[in-house]
Amino acid sequence: MTSNYLAELEAESVYVLREAFARLDRLAVLWSLGKDSNVVLWLCRKAFFGHVPFPVIHIDTGKKFPEMYAFREHYAKAWGLELIVEPAPPEDEVDPTLPPAARSAARKTLGLQRALEKHGFQGLILGIRRDEQALRAKERYFSPRSADNRWDMKDQPPEFWNQYMTDFPPGTHVRVHPLLHWTEIDIWRYTKRENIPVIDLYFARDGKRYRSLGDRDITFPVDSDAATIDEIIAELERTQVPERAGRAMDHESEDAFERLRATGYM
Amino acid sequence: MSTSEMRPLPIVVVGHVDHGKSTLVGRLLHETGSLPEGQVEAVRESSRRRGMPFEWAFVLDALQAERDQGITIDTTQIRFRTERRPYVIIDAPGHKEFLKNMVTGAARAEAALLVIDAAEGVREQSRRHGYLLRLLGIPRIAVVVNKMDLVDWSAERFGEVAEAFRDYLAGLGVDPVAFVPVSAREGDNLVRHSPRMPWYQGPTVVGVLDSFEPAPRPVDRPLRMVVQDVYKFDHRRIVAGRVEAGRLRVGDEIVFSPSNKVARVASIEAWHVPEPPTDAVAGESVGITLTEPIFVERGEIVSHPERAPMETTVFRGRLFWLGARPLEVGHTYTLKLGTAEARVRVERIERVIDTEDLSGRPADRIDRHGAGEVILRADRMLALDPFDANPATGRFVLVEDYVPVGGGTVSMEGYPDQRHLITRKATNIHAVGHAVTREARIARNGHRGGVLWFTGLSGAGKSTLALALERELFRKGYQVYVLDGDNIRGGLNADLGFSPEDRAENIRRVGEVAALFADAGMIAISAFISPYRADRERARRAAGEDFHEIHIHAPLEVCEARDPKGLYRRARAGEIPDFTGITSPYEPPENPELVVPTHELSFEECLALLVDYVEKHFRR
Ligand SMILES: Nc1nc2c(ncn2[C@@H]2O[C@H](COP(=O)(O)OP(=O)(O)OP(=O)(O)O)[C@@H](O)[C@H]2O)c(=O)[nH]1
Ligand SMILES: [Mg+2]
Repeated sequence: MTSNYLAELEAESVYVLREAFARLDRLAVLWSLGKDSNVVLWLCRKAFFGHVPFPVIHIDTGKKFPEMYAFREHYAKAWGLELIVEPAPPEDEVDPTLPPAARSAARKTLGLQRALEKHGFQGLILGIRRDEQALRAKERYFSPRSADNRWDMKDQPPEFWNQYMTDFPPGTHVRVHPLLHWTEIDIWRYTKRENIPVIDLYFARDGKRYRSLGDRDITFPVDSDAATIDEIIAELERTQVPERAGRAMDHESEDAFERLRATGYM
Repeated sequence: MSTSEMRPLPIVVVGHVDHGKSTLVGRLLHETGSLPEGQVEAVRESSRRRGMPFEWAFVLDALQAERDQGITIDTTQIRFRTERRPYVIIDAPGHKEFLKNMVTGAARAEAALLVIDAAEGVREQSRRHGYLLRLLGIPRIAVVVNKMDLVDWSAERFGEVAEAFRDYLAGLGVDPVAFVPVSAREGDNLVRHSPRMPWYQGPTVVGVLDSFEPAPRPVDRPLRMVVQDVYKFDHRRIVAGRVEAGRLRVGDEIVFSPSNKVARVASIEAWHVPEPPTDAVAGESVGITLTEPIFVERGEIVSHPERAPMETTVFRGRLFWLGARPLEVGHTYTLKLGTAEARVRVERIERVIDTEDLSGRPADRIDRHGAGEVILRADRMLALDPFDANPATGRFVLVEDYVPVGGGTVSMEGYPDQRHLITRKATNIHAVGHAVTREARIARNGHRGGVLWFTGLSGAGKSTLALALERELFRKGYQVYVLDGDNIRGGLNADLGFSPEDRAENIRRVGEVAALFADAGMIAISAFISPYRADRERARRAAGEDFHEIHIHAPLEVCEARDPKGLYRRARAGEIPDFTGITSPYEPPENPELVVPTHELSFEECLALLVDYVEKHFRR
């Protein structure tokens, strides 16, 4: 029964990934090195029988944890990835009216936008989920972006019966979200079932662990004794604390996340 | 097993704008302890800043514009669980402007709660949403009568609203599982029975949700796997796709439609699994290799040969329209069905539905947010199923200028399976060479051979004109012979009935026989209604350049008024099923060689037109 539901989640994501690969030219997948994007890469290998047949982009803010860089180098090689590392631009290039932590996050958006332009990608695969955040709960599997990278959240195209928007006017691109229907617990159960490697920072050390990994200066660990995946799952079954509680930018003002997403944040 | 390991049941909440859908969901999450820490405070703060009383809807309505205007714009999916099991609750917008978002949310659901404001009663979108649930194939519906606090918790008012809506749903053939009176904002009858409505003994909202059973996976239906792609990343050639229905096993003989290629499943491929799978069932995304190196493509449907999907270039769609520009007769759109794509033209709109009273009338357009039944003709062969037989391969989306503008379900009532049209005939038969040449026959007869293929409604004048023309041509020295129901149905086609398939086969045989007559140097006049364009096209292929399609034309009203054999009267009385023009379609020729308008010309004029045509085209 357990594996049944995980198999269903996997089958849906694999379907989405294959649609993206069949219908979009110049596709790439974003790898933040966190638990969700590791699952995305894993699902790509499921969909394409051991291969990731498109480039994998890491937008490097230079502020990641050292463990993350080691992880990146090791698995890029082990999994045979076509890795593209793009540096995020300095903070003084982003919208100065955003609150501080959001500004830091916006660097990633700008870096992403420049990477898209530089390589001319038409489709970008991202590991966001509906249960992370109320705006992401309104997302589509195939979410079109305008030429200047904007998300028109008030006028999204209809999406039903596994028919996605896969044709676009020139200059625009699409975000593909194969994990949209997964939850945080699903990610951990699947990670365990498939034995997918994850960074140690997720596991408790000295009574603290990271639930979500962003930049070092704007992500904070939570109190926890969960040192194994099973313990993490047990903790999540109990907790009422939202996953992104440790992400400073979500809490600076009510509209901060909406403004970030409207302009291209993931 | 903890409930977090179970598959959540997707439920959509629909209904008219402001009737309290988001409030219901927000409050339900709160009552069942499903809200994350800090959320209630955040909503309180957000409501206060806007000078509003506490709004539970803000749990879902996260866009600034939604909160500022107190309205849901886009659909939200959110998890919650009861003691019984987990759910995905899909909150849909009620405002007409956002119907596309309502459809986006509702199409994923397996059951629905339809919310109606007790004070306002049943409104336009209550009915439209009810209709759409039906069209989307969501059979399980419960009706929630909300804001009972505004009507003094009145059992009588509840009864009125429930009755009015029960009648409407009955018109759709939908029987809701329950009607529940609630106050979403105050939390009455959501989880526990409310002391303020002691007269209500039925289930609470949570009770209703827990009574819904998930839709079973269609593993018992005929196998359907839609092909997404063919991969060649390494030595293997893998056909990738999802099993939408039925079961696929290694070793199975399978057919790809519409290419009609046959192969056997050599293996089911998978990466990082304990052992290679030997079968796959509905819902699984798979990859297969084949025993024969056949060329197949994205868009095809894999099935077992004995239970294959239908193949057709034309079908009836029961659709809803979301496009800003109306759907119109003659317009073309991109059709997406499974993974197949084709261009389709709207040939006819049989009726538009008024969702207010469920009445239907013929029209030449369907406006935004409308619904109706239309005949769509594709530029190439499609493989599909009637929706009732296999939903996943029986529904479609129409796209215009990149954007999905409509969706619907397939009905094949009155249309035959065209599979045999393109299935290759036996290849071990060789055309017989003739000792007498075509030229010699023309020289002997003084005219060319050929087929005069009459088509038209019953009562248009086909048989009368065919016989008169035969007599006239014979008198002028032509070798001529009429094929019609009397001399064909009695012998050659005595084994055929009047189902769409049998009628297609009847015409196929007539076409082949007529072609033989033409080859023998004679003029064959066939006088069959032959309502389907595809059948006539096949007859044309059989006879080649000697084929002349002649539309014996009179409008339906005229034919019905003539009714020489009383057939229309009997068809109207329901005594004759599948009667062309009444209960089954007539597809007029697009480019006939000749049109004979029998309602505008006299009989003699019609005959003269035909004789002139023959003299011009057949005389040596
Ligand atoms: N008195 C009363 N008001 C309610 C109740 N439920 C909802 N409301 C109010 O009705 C208004 C509309 O509620 P929403 O939940 O936003 O309505 P909705 O159906 O989601 O609206 P849309 O999504 O925009 O179609 C809000 O002001 C709610 O506070 C109720 O049970 N009683
Ligand atoms: Mg709402």
